[in-house]
Amino acid sequence: MQLYLPIAEVSVNIFLILGLGGLVGVLSGMFGVGGGFLITPLLFFVGIPPAVAVATSTNQIVASSFSALLAHLKRRTVDLRMGTVLLIGGLAGSTLGLVIFNHLRSLGQVDLLVSLFYVVFLGIIGALMLVESLNALLKARKPGGARKTRKHHYWVHNLPLKIKFRVSGLYISVIPPLIVGVLVGILSAIMGVGGGFIMVPAMIYLLGMPTKVVIGTSLFQIIFVTAYTTMLHATTNYTVDIMLALLLIVGGVIGAQVGTRIGMKLKAESLRILLALLVLLVCGKLGLDLLLQPSELYSLKAAGAL
Amino acid sequence: MIRVILALLLLAVPVHSETIVLGLSQDSVSITASFDGSDILIFGAVSRDAPEPLEKGKLGVIIAVSGPDQSVLVYRKARRMGIWVNTSEVAVDSAPSFYAVATSGPLQDVLSDTEDLRNRITIPRAIRSVGADVSDSDVFTQALIRIRAKDSLFQMNSGAVDLEQDTLFRTSFRLPANLIEGDYLARIFLTRGGTVIDSHSTVIPVQKVGLERWLYNLAHLQPFLYGLLSLIIAVAAGWAASVGAAALKR
Repeated sequence: MQLYLPIAEVSVNIFLILGLGGLVGVLSGMFGVGGGFLITPLLFFVGIPPAVAVATSTNQIVASSFSALLAHLKRRTVDLRMGTVLLIGGLAGSTLGLVIFNHLRSLGQVDLLVSLFYVVFLGIIGALMLVESLNALLKARKPGGARKTRKHHYWVHNLPLKIKFRVSGLYISVIPPLIVGVLVGILSAIMGVGGGFIMVPAMIYLLGMPTKVVIGTSLFQIIFVTAYTTMLHATTNYTVDIMLALLLIVGGVIGAQVGTRIGMKLKAESLRILLALLVLLVCGKLGLDLLLQPSELYSLKAAGAL
Repeated sequence: MIRVILALLLLAVPVHSETIVLGLSQDSVSITASFDGSDILIFGAVSRDAPEPLEKGKLGVIIAVSGPDQSVLVYRKARRMGIWVNTSEVAVDSAPSFYAVATSGPLQDVLSDTEDLRNRITIPRAIRSVGADVSDSDVFTQALIRIRAKDSLFQMNSGAVDLEQDTLFRTSFRLPANLIEGDYLARIFLTRGGTVIDSHSTVIPVQKVGLERWLYNLAHLQPFLYGLLSLIIAVAAGWAASVGAAALKR
């Protein structure tokens, strides 16, 4: 069954898009990630114009993060003060990201920008995750391995403008969380992602936040930043496709329930290895597209469309 | 001298001794949510007030349907620092977003080059590109044609017009799903010996309707409201999902 998308101006198969949303939903349920980093490239592969794919997936992330945030709010695992600091940085970063995005779009280089960002970030994160979870597996077999101390705490503790974050049990400068927020905001606007895959490790290893509040706090920040990014894309580029978003959301909601159930049956380390391999796979596919000679060297951009 | 006078006399008599009478299967195309392309049947007849002037060559019918013109940027990739990047671009001033030509016979039999140039009938003639600053700008225009043809946006259907007894003609065009809105122009040329003896044109409006129309208008005219609407839908869906999940667990 075909559906004509009013903004993307392409006709897509409903079940294909529902399936995509569902697949990403399963993964996000299994691994506890937003899945934006998978949905955007998958939308490219099925022929959605890149600008529409990026803008629409930010809208989809609002939906998938909102239900997760509700659960975390109930469990009181959200550091609202830290979330607000990250959010202030995020809004600034998102605005900056959109300026870069629109500038490169006018130069015809936006596809390259998005692909490069994906290859670099997915490559780094995937490799780090793989190494770390393999190490964790090895340590689990050989008990007694001491955990490395986190060096970053020292310089983070010496910066000015300190604030007390009670829920996280931290007394640190606002500068590092602001910078993390800005970086994540830029990624959100350019890659159409929530940025959880960058923010969560940064919160644990850079800010030293306790693991139990990390996910809820990052969700809090992600919802507002992606909502803001959606509004920016909707008002400057008119590239948010509600119909596409709705299909992805419906698929994602169902998929997430399935994924959560699968996730509960698998071990945490093996889950992380699987996720790392998946991230590297997407990275590899996008990287090959940049490296190998494309079969069609030419591409078109009609006025008023991308 | 006598020849010139004869030629002038020939021009003075009504040129339209053979004219086109036209019909369409539909006057407009509506893009609905389930729009999956559309077929348009174009048919008609040749009306004559004199016997068929067979001595002037064979009768031919050419039908061209064109979508709204756009300016198009054509980018070319080249390898830079190991990766493939858009390195050069050519702006094509005006190219139809959709263009389909159907003829009643091989093109060289039914249309002469001069007539093609004058009426801009075939695909390469329908594209206008001036002031390109890249030396091989022709390659870019060819790439534009190649890419659009691959998406069925440019179609050259030689021999697709059925012409019966030099009087009745019919053909059908497939409009693909990836159409853009606007007024589509159908032009019908009647040729004899490669020369156009009559032409007729009609407009087929292609428009989004219903929900598609409403969403598109909202997104472009009230982008702020549209953005809010998409966020409200997202939040509502997220909330419904958590309520639904809780209900499932019970």
